Amino acid sequence: MSPATTAPDAWRVEVFKRTAIHDPEGDKALHEVHELGLSGVESIRVGHGYLLSPSLSEAEAQTIAGELLCDPVLEESALIAPGSLPGPAPAGSRRVLVAPKPGVMDPIAESVKRIIKRTGRGDEDLETQTFRIFEMKGEVPTDELENICRRTLANVTIDTLRIDREDLPFGVPKGHGEGRGRVEISLLGLDDAGLEELSVKGELSLTLLEMQEIQKFYKSEGREPSACELETLAQTWSEHCKHKTFAGLIDFVDHSKEGSPTERIDNLLKSTIKRATTELDVPWCVSVFHDNAGIIEFDAGYDISFKVETHNHPSAIDPYGGAGTGIGGVIRDILGVGLGARPIANTNAFFVGMPDMPLEDLPKGCMHPRRILRGVVGGVRDYGNRMGIPTVSGGLWFDDRYVGNPLVYAGTVGLAKREFAHKTIEPGDLVVTLGGAVGRDGIHGATFSSIELTEDSEEDSASSVQIGNPIEEKRVLDAMLQARDRGLFRAVTDCGAGGLSSAVGEMGEEGGVDVDLSKVPLKYPGLASHEIWISEAQERMVLAVPEENLEELLDLCATEDVAATVIGTFNDTKRLVVRDAGEVICDIEMGFLHDGTPRYLRHAVWNPPTAPDPGCPAPSDHGETYNSALLGIMAAPDVRSKEWIIRQYDHEVQGNTVIKPLVGVQSDAPGNGSVLKPLPQSKKGVAIGCGANPRMGLLDPYAMAGAVIDEALRNVVAVGGDPEHTAILDNFSWGNCAKPENLGSLVLASKACYDAAMAFGTPFISGKDSLNNEFRVGDETIIIPPTLLLSAMSVVPDVATCVTMDAKEPGNRIYLVGDTKQEMGASHYLQHLGLDGGRVPTPDLEKAPLVMKTMHAVISEGLVSSCHDLSEGGLAAAAAEMAFAGGLGMDLHLSHLHDPAGWSNDQDEDAVLLFSESCTRFLVEVTAPHAEAFERCFREAGLGDIARPIGEVTAGSRLTIRGKTAPDCIELDIEELRSAHKGGFAG
Amino acid sequence: MTSPKALVLRTAGINCDAETVRALEGAGAPTDLFHLSKMIAEPGRFDDYGILVIPGGFSFGDDVAAGRIFAAELVHNLSKELVNFVDRGGLVLGICNGFQVLVETGLLDGSVGKRTERKVALYDNASMKFEARWVNLRSEESACPWLVPGEIWPVPVAHAEGRFVCRDDETLAALKSSGQVALRYVNPDGSAPGYPECPNGAVEQIAGICDPTGRVLGLMPHPERNLLPWNHPQWTRMDARQEGEGAGFFQRLVDVAKGSMASV
Repeated sequence: MSPATTAPDAWRVEVFKRTAIHDPEGDKALHEVHELGLSGVESIRVGHGYLLSPSLSEAEAQTIAGELLCDPVLEESALIAPGSLPGPAPAGSRRVLVAPKPGVMDPIAESVKRIIKRTGRGDEDLETQTFRIFEMKGEVPTDELENICRRTLANVTIDTLRIDREDLPFGVPKGHGEGRGRVEISLLGLDDAGLEELSVKGELSLTLLEMQEIQKFYKSEGREPSACELETLAQTWSEHCKHKTFAGLIDFVDHSKEGSPTERIDNLLKSTIKRATTELDVPWCVSVFHDNAGIIEFDAGYDISFKVETHNHPSAIDPYGGAGTGIGGVIRDILGVGLGARPIANTNAFFVGMPDMPLEDLPKGCMHPRRILRGVVGGVRDYGNRMGIPTVSGGLWFDDRYVGNPLVYAGTVGLAKREFAHKTIEPGDLVVTLGGAVGRDGIHGATFSSIELTEDSEEDSASSVQIGNPIEEKRVLDAMLQARDRGLFRAVTDCGAGGLSSAVGEMGEEGGVDVDLSKVPLKYPGLASHEIWISEAQERMVLAVPEENLEELLDLCATEDVAATVIGTFNDTKRLVVRDAGEVICDIEMGFLHDGTPRYLRHAVWNPPTAPDPGCPAPSDHGETYNSALLGIMAAPDVRSKEWIIRQYDHEVQGNTVIKPLVGVQSDAPGNGSVLKPLPQSKKGVAIGCGANPRMGLLDPYAMAGAVIDEALRNVVAVGGDPEHTAILDNFSWGNCAKPENLGSLVLASKACYDAAMAFGTPFISGKDSLNNEFRVGDETIIIPPTLLLSAMSVVPDVATCVTMDAKEPGNRIYLVGDTKQEMGASHYLQHLGLDGGRVPTPDLEKAPLVMKTMHAVISEGLVSSCHDLSEGGLAAAAAEMAFAGGLGMDLHLSHLHDPAGWSNDQDEDAVLLFSESCTRFLVEVTAPHAEAFERCFREAGLGDIARPIGEVTAGSRLTIRGKTAPDCIELDIEELRSAHKGGFAG
Repeated sequence: MTSPKALVLRTAGINCDAETVRALEGAGAPTDLFHLSKMIAEPGRFDDYGILVIPGGFSFGDDVAAGRIFAAELVHNLSKELVNFVDRGGLVLGICNGFQVLVETGLLDGSVGKRTERKVALYDNASMKFEARWVNLRSEESACPWLVPGEIWPVPVAHAEGRFVCRDDETLAALKSSGQVALRYVNPDGSAPGYPECPNGAVEQIAGICDPTGRVLGLMPHPERNLLPWNHPQWTRMDARQEGEGAGFFQRLVDVAKGSMASV
């Protein structure tokens, strides 16, 4: 029989909407297919298919289809016997089937299996699998169809795609044939070439220097390593886990300073970012840098914790799964900080290629930015929403250099009692895993994250893809936090990159540990020992449990339907011992494993960009007006509304979101930061904000880092956060830092992090780096712009004093707080005019902390009606957003402002004042009775007339800004501004 | 009169349980939060309660269909107890995923145990998107004793499958005539809205229905997310508030439960 006529040996249930019922999934698929130019497709009907074990009787299969899989009001179903083909598709239509590949996580199938068993049908070995059916009508050329399916409906890395064929695979994946038990690797006799070959063939991502170090170690031990030991070393020494670039030695030359000598940096992280935290030594830091997240004090005996992770490479291969497991992973970091914290908020930031990139410009092996964006938004949405954690803060930036290597950042904020901030392990404690079974998913994720992506990555790296199952993680959360409250375990960490090898290896680092992989629950047979050890199967935590608590823990987990498995014991041998199949497959001393990594000396240089400074031309020089420039900026992809994303995220679950990401009369304007009120017994809030600016990073990484710290702080201060109780997090995504020029910009950004954190008094509490974000296609390498995401978490003393950015009342005064400078580099204004280069904004570190502090004072004292920070698009964009948010007009006069610093007569002063993105500035609305007190606060702080009254809120719907030289710079209706802001690609 | 106890039932994926407990306790009802497995093991416990709430979330990941698997577990294990609970005067509230669960069980349209006879359903929003936004609800003239007819109140929604639909026009007419249409999405002035004020394309903008006794109510929006003075999206434009409108909804539920249980 030809494959086209072979049906799987399984009961097949196909469920479609009844004809009279709207099929939104079909409409959505049609929209995406049309977007790719396949306009001949007239309609798509989407069906849900299920394969069930052939061992079920027909009556059982019938009942499952009718009672469980099909809705009696909305749907109709067909049951097809094992080995039989479904009835013919309607004339002129094509059938496209998409199913997860064998072994790829299929959460719906897991749930179906579970309920079938729990309602007493089907046996232990029952297998299920889902698939989707796309029935397409219309003119569909066969040659294009497969191409289109691969670009929209299926991701062939993880999905089986069948077009007009019914031969879906069914059953468990086959093993690789590698066995369980000890496998010895011949290492001692290898020369350098042999060592390098071994690293490449084994996907170890270890450098020659590291391989040599390992060889030296085994020579001293007088034995060969096992496969499991080598894998463990590769995982533990990966850039992802060890941050070798940041921790190494760097010789840095800054060519922007003439004759500047080579500077030797010993551990960039410790000498900049961590150093700021150490030197600031604020009393409210509870746990910084060493645990899975940073912890600071909150209120009423509670602490808050925050972690932000990158998940870039997995998201390039599978945007939906990559972003979902990214958020899933960072949630587990919070579950694994101290003795576990309750996640109370999620954050996310994406950096992708331009949404309107023509298909023909798309490099080979890349997904279109729209598909990536839809996928990553969907991943964060489905994981975060299902976990019941509000996604309250985020960012989205576009640049074509992210096309092959998009960036996905995911963060989680946690809340826990102070007594849960620290962990200990005693010899004799049991190693207990909680959560999902282990499959071949995510093998080599830790090492994969450290290599360059290529046009073949999509095909090669399927096993690095992890697919999440958020409900499994929710089960783990429910069980684990109850176990924590009952004091059933002494330590916890999450299974993330490197799987058990990293989690168990880290927990046993101080004492020692002995685990037996034959105890680990598996999804399917056929895994080799080392695969079990390093698998990044999701939704797992590892606990250290005193033996006397084991029974209670197991009972609790049974109630919550969570697998809990004892896999070993912590001890005091200072060795990592792993057993499987009755053999010791790994026995290595913890000291070498964790501290044996050789240190590198790397070279770093900074060559400033050579592009000339374009100054600040008048819009008319480029055929524009101030109005058209403002409308263009409001509609720029980076600036325009993200409402289509934000509304897909449940940002209110838990009921504590008191300042939301969208604000204003119509709840459609971009807020500054978001605020949560997580404790009923406390009036305090937690403000969350972030900053990033990759275009600034390209021009001046030092200035950029200061500017994004300033931006993140502005976000939280503008809503009511206390700048003196604010912690920050760094997440660097850079090009390959083995290249001196990439490392040079990293050095400068890190130095700025130190300088700014010291000036603002804001300690870094956690961070993460991803330092090989390049995409190779043919001979060309596309390097991402230096991208620092800076996240801020701030305590709000009383949520009742929070303010939003929407203009409140006609007649109220508008103040511009902060100095405007001619710092047009990387501004949206210059970008709109098609100009590059220029001086990048940088905060005045003498003055900026005082401005932040004083802004906080005037907000706390209730003197402020609304407040918006000035960022992308400068004063004009901030005023436009405040006005349309409040449904009110605004009348502003630039003549009330000082001449901007750095401005010269040959430049357009009004354009500088309108569009400069200088740091530490706020547009503030103040009622007339509060005006005097408001101004006094700044004077008394020694800031002189830094708060300048520039106009007022008006009753109409006009935004009017009168320039110093141009009388009517801006004259626009707020509805025009709103619609510019709300246009463009929206999913 | 002492308050009857409330039971909040959760299972894997239910995630609005904490705020739902907070709402009930704030309204004076001593509240227990139990996992479904505990109630299956000890079904007699239903006798302890006057209020049963199934909160929002994604029970079992909404796998197959929203609320489907939680409902299948309930119907398979606890049909009798649920029906008895309502018969003896207990009040049942399903919020969002809880509403989806109630629809799937058949408790709202009398089809418990007769799945093929189910008359109502909730499915994919017409916008094809998950919708997190605030809406206005109007409490309709209905059999539900704890709603104030004519009251218009703000509340957030957060769902992807909230489009209410009836099997046929006769079903809709019957629901209306028996006072089962309990809540509608409206514009602030009470007029019938389009998208997004009606976020999901529900037939006749129906946001919630009750059973013919009025003691079982399901709704898509989340009143438990509007308890604080600072939950409303425009609170910074308002005079100081004591609480959100959702607090009153739960207060009346608990007040009615006192009377309802007393009358049994």
